[in-house]
Amino acid sequence: MDRLVLLVSTGVARGLVIALFALSLVIIWRAARIVNFAQAAMAVVAVYVAFALQAATGSFVVALLGALVTGALLGAAVERGLMRRVSGRTPMPGMIVAIGLVMVLQSVLGILFGPKHRPMTPVLAETPLSVGGVPVLSRYDLFVLVVALVVVVGLGVLFNRSTLGLQLRASAVAPEVSRLLGVRVPRMVTIGWMLSSAVAALAVLLLVPTELGLNAHSADVLFVHAFTVAVLGGLDSPAGALLGGVVVGVLVSLVTGYASAGLAPLAVLALLTVVLLVRPGGIFAPKEARTA
Amino acid sequence: MNRLTTGTRAGHVRAVVLRAVLLTALALAATFALDPFRNYQLAVIAATFCATAGLTLLVGLTGQLSLGHAVLMAAGGYGYALVAAPAADAGLPPAAGLALGVVGALVASGAVGGLLGLAGARLRGPYLAGLTLALVIALPAVATQVPGLGKDQGLAVPFVPVPGPLAGVMVVEQWHAWVAIVVTAVAVTPLVVLRSGRAGLRMRAVHGDEVAARLAGVSPARVKVGAFVAGSLSAGLGGAVLAVVTQNVGPGRYSLAFSLLLVVAVVVGGLGSVGGAAAGAALVVLLPWLVDTVASGLPADLEQRLSGNLAVAVFGALLIAVTVAWPGGLAAATSGPRARLAGRLRRPRPADPPSDPPSDSRPEPRPITER
Repeated sequence: MDRLVLLVSTGVARGLVIALFALSLVIIWRAARIVNFAQAAMAVVAVYVAFALQAATGSFVVALLGALVTGALLGAAVERGLMRRVSGRTPMPGMIVAIGLVMVLQSVLGILFGPKHRPMTPVLAETPLSVGGVPVLSRYDLFVLVVALVVVVGLGVLFNRSTLGLQLRASAVAPEVSRLLGVRVPRMVTIGWMLSSAVAALAVLLLVPTELGLNAHSADVLFVHAFTVAVLGGLDSPAGALLGGVVVGVLVSLVTGYASAGLAPLAVLALLTVVLLVRPGGIFAPKEARTA
Repeated sequence: MNRLTTGTRAGHVRAVVLRAVLLTALALAATFALDPFRNYQLAVIAATFCATAGLTLLVGLTGQLSLGHAVLMAAGGYGYALVAAPAADAGLPPAAGLALGVVGALVASGAVGGLLGLAGARLRGPYLAGLTLALVIALPAVATQVPGLGKDQGLAVPFVPVPGPLAGVMVVEQWHAWVAIVVTAVAVTPLVVLRSGRAGLRMRAVHGDEVAARLAGVSPARVKVGAFVAGSLSAGLGGAVLAVVTQNVGPGRYSLAFSLLLVVAVVVGGLGSVGGAAAGAALVVLLPWLVDTVASGLPADLEQRLSGNLAVAVFGALLIAVTVAWPGGLAAATSGPRARLAGRLRRPRPADPPSDPPSDSRPEPRPITER
């Protein structure tokens, strides 16, 4: 029973990181109707910058800000420099460019930093705290939980309660009409990319200390999990991403804890396949058919 | 269909087969001019070409981006190994083992491809790409967890020796190159026939406008599944060739990186062009080797970092550059000179049907000035 509680609560903490990353996919989908396959590689670049900042200043806050800023700048650069230059009529060219970007970023990181994993120490202790004698979450997990919830709520307010959020949503859904109404659509797309990449960088920064360490491929599995989550929840639904993230996190944690770590990718693949085949519209997005 | 068009259609198929036989004979003859290592590389290129030929049809004609084509090759390789090894144990001659193994590869890759195709028919763009991505990342877990697949090391594949009559003429690498070339010809020729025939037209129709295609009586789901299965069978044959040549099939070779290289090959070669797929296959096999050869003179630490990575960086940059600046790839770049050459070589015939539609890749994208 203790084991179950521990596994579920760690699963929730991991799931929130996955949800955060999935949320970045949702943001970019809402802003530009594209699934950014380079999201993980771009985020890892930002985390390398954060790593260097932490080593130089010793401050986690500086590293955190560095990751966010680098992520946002990278997002803007990729959108302005690459994505704007490819045809937007079908999603294919955008996906192919993103894949090319993954290859370039990962291999350049590999050349610069070598294949080994750089350990990153978490800001807070990782030993689990006990509630009534049952080990539950570590301080770091709690920190992740709080950060993830703050970001999710913040993004919710931004998208649903602010003028900028309204403009972002409008330019994604009806770019022509939005432009006629005075929304600067290209700028909105860039802002969407910046927001999305910054959130992805934050998610990877939170993930890395709990894993082997920092490496060019640190976020590959996270991307697959987050994509599963985004599909599970529907790419248009932030609430779905949050819930889906927790579901996938708990699933991975339980399979790893009770069966074996090797089975976890298969469980995620099975979940993805079942959802895609049974409910291709996503579980939480009943209204709109997927047409991308 | 009237007799005239049936006649030209059959004539076209005959022309394609004739060209395939000629190219195969040429390639077989060329193996005599190559040393064993070059012949090994030729066999690997042929195997890769099997996969890229199917992928280029899938991506270029039906618009289904599969990032997991390596999984289909792996299915073919495992199918080959699972049939050929017991056949060798049972004392069957190597030729029979080879033939049975190829059938096993077709069955395995066809089954996996059919399932993926069914998923692909329901999904579009990013969803199919994401599913295939998840599949290729889960492949090592499948190989480790499913009993009988030999875990991380994979399965040993029985050695296919040079048959008696040829033993005096060639070494084993050249024989394997022969096997690779013949299997590739068998795998790719049907794809060329499909592409230029009615099936190819249907694929283009579905890609161009699904609703219009449906109104014209074409079932998009059937066309997509068919394209996926055709591409999978061809990729499975490529996996079988790789299994024969390397005498092993394991999850390590069929990584995400390899899968992405296949995408690079078809994009750089020109989406939808089978000739471009061949050029792309040669590129993705030879460039990493060239880079490693050049890097081997460097200090050990630098060499270790550059090996693998530098070629991937070049491929990624190529992928971006081709997609942004040069969307037709090699096929479009050479189509002008090729057409002029073909026009000069061809006997003047008034009623010559165009063998290749000029727009065999994606249309030029409009330059985007503003959104």
